[in-house]
Amino acid sequence: MNNPSRSRLRRSLLSALGLLLLKPLAALAAWNEAAFGAKSAVDALNSLGAASPAPSKDILIEAPQIAENGAVVPIEISSNIPGTTSIAVLIEKNPFPLTGKFDFREGALPFVKLNVKMGETSDVRVLAVAGGRHYAATREIKVTIGGCGG
Amino acid sequence: MAGPMKMRATLAGGNTEVRVLMSHPMTTAQMKEGLHHIRNVVVKHNGRTVVEAEISQAVSRNPVFSFRLKGGAKGDRIEVSWLDNKGETSKIEAAVA
Repeated sequence: MNNPSRSRLRRSLLSALGLLLLKPLAALAAWNEAAFGAKSAVDALNSLGAASPAPSKDILIEAPQIAENGAVVPIEISSNIPGTTSIAVLIEKNPFPLTGKFDFREGALPFVKLNVKMGETSDVRVLAVAGGRHYAATREIKVTIGGCGG
Repeated sequence: MAGPMKMRATLAGGNTEVRVLMSHPMTTAQMKEGLHHIRNVVVKHNGRTVVEAEISQAVSRNPVFSFRLKGGAKGDRIEVSWLDNKGETSKIEAAVA
């Protein structure tokens, strides 16, 4: 029982089993490294497979015109495009523009409200996916005091 | 340090409005604390996944999200969970009021 090579074997078998058990969890929690790591909105959109979204007035972005504190900028987004399944938020002038990607399954409305950090005054672009097509709307938010560093 | 969550789910205009608060530092790579942020958020309605989100370090500290679910009834179970870049996770469950 106390054979060292056998216990080593047992340990490696256990860790292999652990990896097998952990893998499905990691697969469930997808995170688009390329899109979130992109340093420009164009690169992020490319990584999302949405290189040239069509402009749409049916994506509604509610946000303050001027945000005094860039550390907490409230943004409310909804899409009136029928069949919207996903919404992404990109803050063009942030170091990493892609801020969030929200996938809506059956039972959810294409709506989200969140607080974001903005380093400086910037266009905020919202991408919506509906029926495999890409749409976008843009809105400028002016920032008095940036909120990314500190 | 990640702390407790708070959530409220209420019926409004035939839909369910979910408002959830997560205690999380959400620090960026530029901050002295280093990169520590929630990556994944999942919303479930009676056990069924309805919203799946991937978020970045640019979401504000102690994130607050609102979501809208179609229909819903008093007592329905809403569950929201998150997973961050260090593998920490948390969840909260509440009944629609």
